[in-house]
Amino acid sequence: MTATALERAERRKAWVFALPALLWTGFFFLVPFAYMAAISFWTRQGREIVATWTLDNYIAFFKKAHLFKGLVVSLEITAAVTVISVLFAYPLAWIIAERVPKKWQRFALVMAILPFWTSYVVRSYSWLLVLSKGGVVNQALLALGIIAEPLELSANRTGTIIGFVHFFVMLLTLTIYANLIQLSPNYRRAAADLGANAFQTFWHVVLPLTLPGIMVGAFLTFVLCIGDYITPQILGGNNELVLPQVIMLQLGRRADFPMAAALSLVLMVVVTLAYIACARWLKMERT
Amino acid sequence: MSVIRQAESLQPEGKTMKTTVSGGLVRRMLLATAAAITLSPAGALAQDELNALVWCDHTDPALVEPFEKANNVKVNLKEYEGTGAAISIIEQSRPGDWDVLVIDAVDVPRAIDMEILGEMPADQLPLGDLFPEVRMEETTTKDGKVYAVTEKFGYNTISYDKTKVDPADMDDLSVIWSEKYKGRIALYDYYLPMVGLTGVGIGKKTAELTQDDLPAIKEKLFEMKKVARQVSDVVASQTALATGEVDIVVGGGEWLTAGLSAEKPNLDWTIPKQGALRWAQSIGVFKDSEKQDLALKFVQYIVSPEGQARLATSSCYWAMPANAKAGEHLTEQQKTALRWDRQPDYLKNSQLYPVADADMDAAMQDVWTEMLQQ
Repeated sequence: MTATALERAERRKAWVFALPALLWTGFFFLVPFAYMAAISFWTRQGREIVATWTLDNYIAFFKKAHLFKGLVVSLEITAAVTVISVLFAYPLAWIIAERVPKKWQRFALVMAILPFWTSYVVRSYSWLLVLSKGGVVNQALLALGIIAEPLELSANRTGTIIGFVHFFVMLLTLTIYANLIQLSPNYRRAAADLGANAFQTFWHVVLPLTLPGIMVGAFLTFVLCIGDYITPQILGGNNELVLPQVIMLQLGRRADFPMAAALSLVLMVVVTLAYIACARWLKMERT
Repeated sequence: MSVIRQAESLQPEGKTMKTTVSGGLVRRMLLATAAAITLSPAGALAQDELNALVWCDHTDPALVEPFEKANNVKVNLKEYEGTGAAISIIEQSRPGDWDVLVIDAVDVPRAIDMEILGEMPADQLPLGDLFPEVRMEETTTKDGKVYAVTEKFGYNTISYDKTKVDPADMDDLSVIWSEKYKGRIALYDYYLPMVGLTGVGIGKKTAELTQDDLPAIKEKLFEMKKVARQVSDVVASQTALATGEVDIVVGGGEWLTAGLSAEKPNLDWTIPKQGALRWAQSIGVFKDSEKQDLALKFVQYIVSPEGQARLATSSCYWAMPANAKAGEHLTEQQKTALRWDRQPDYLKNSQLYPVADADMDAAMQDVWTEMLQQ
């Protein structure tokens, strides 16, 4: 068999192996997605869904302030959560990778991701107990005389951000840690040989080299955070709505699938834009 | 076939099987018997099943189990929130998938128009035993035919912690947009009663609400939002009141606090002088149900005095039974928590949910969402 024939056979084999995944993706992602995209151009008129092609839902999204604000609130919260999570996760990942002895690193990682083992909803409600007016934090601060009145830590954006950050710090710690341990110590030695101090080494050598890990984690944080409505629902007190909550309102109350589909597509466009912005660091191959 | 016949012939005499049939044959026969049972028409040997699309109060085993035992039936309950969600589920189901529907009483005409509900024989339902105000013939019947029956009702009004607020303040609805209890109020997150209740607070009748009334209601809703701590669903509102996060729940009522009366006697509810909103839930049989008789039997059980008492004090939430005879099955403590004796006054001073056409409904939801985004 010639090399070309062999390659062709290998390619065929690869397609056969990939076929189940491709079919699965086709049936359960592409087809539903195409259907969702199509109905986003339909409308709900009265109690009926009318299958005429129109941009009404998209126009309504930009014209109705309470719908558009959902996107603004989502972006503000997601940006804050992503930045704060990176700021917390990086030092944690660095400590685990650099300061914790090798034999304890696995244990430290398990400890870091332990909260992942609890149900997401239970974890959010637990935070409510911690952050509420009569919760652990306020009780402790009041008992210590640090505050005279309970702080408003829940039923607002602060509560939502705290709940999200707790979750995403764990995720980012993993991606950054994975990047840090791959970093050869020779880079730092070389920087030191060239006269760089610890900060310069970190700023000019370590940080740029771990940027892919940060960006992968940040992108995942962005995607998961902007699409979530559970945490804002439980910890935000419904005092402002993120876009997924607005989408849920269309489905749960109005059964307005066309509008919900349109809003979901807007959300997908935002995620796609975020991907394009991060694409440089999300490449599978490293050059 | 012969194997099945052999297995059948051996079934009554287990001893015969044990003494004369080899292990391999036993295995084959058992498998064949299992296959025969599996492939035989459903219901020949299996317990009958009933599929009901319900509100959470019907999922209490204390309510459903007596019916299941008495009729050797398994009731499969699917819980939903909001008529929109129910309609989505129904639209995605096949005719005959569902047998029983519990639905907001004001949405029964919508269900009738959609030809979801089937007619029920009026003479087989205790319609005469229902509190007259909640019979709601105008919504549960059409052209003289009964399509649903009211099973439970209650009020969207004010629930509060009587140890933390002045109960006298709760007699006036205007307290919900005053500064006096700023940061101590939760608003129940359901636009329909809240728009109606706000309308009642500014002197508008729910039955006469039009889109022209919405700007004034919106203004008040925005004021309410400013003094409220949160806007939350049933569970979150109840939790907030029970844990002291808030002292007042606007839109609450007996359904929010009566169930907690034994453990939290500090929680109470009232109907202010301007009045309150009365909600009701109805139960009916799906037109396409293939188990019409069994479904009707379930409805009859739910609206019977015993079923009503169990439904009224269901673990999910308490509320008034529609059947006045249910009182015989309630304890004094339960009746006190439900304010049984005050029902004549409360029924008089309460109005039904706004009945909105699709445009009005959409406009009310827009107003509510705008308020949430303030």
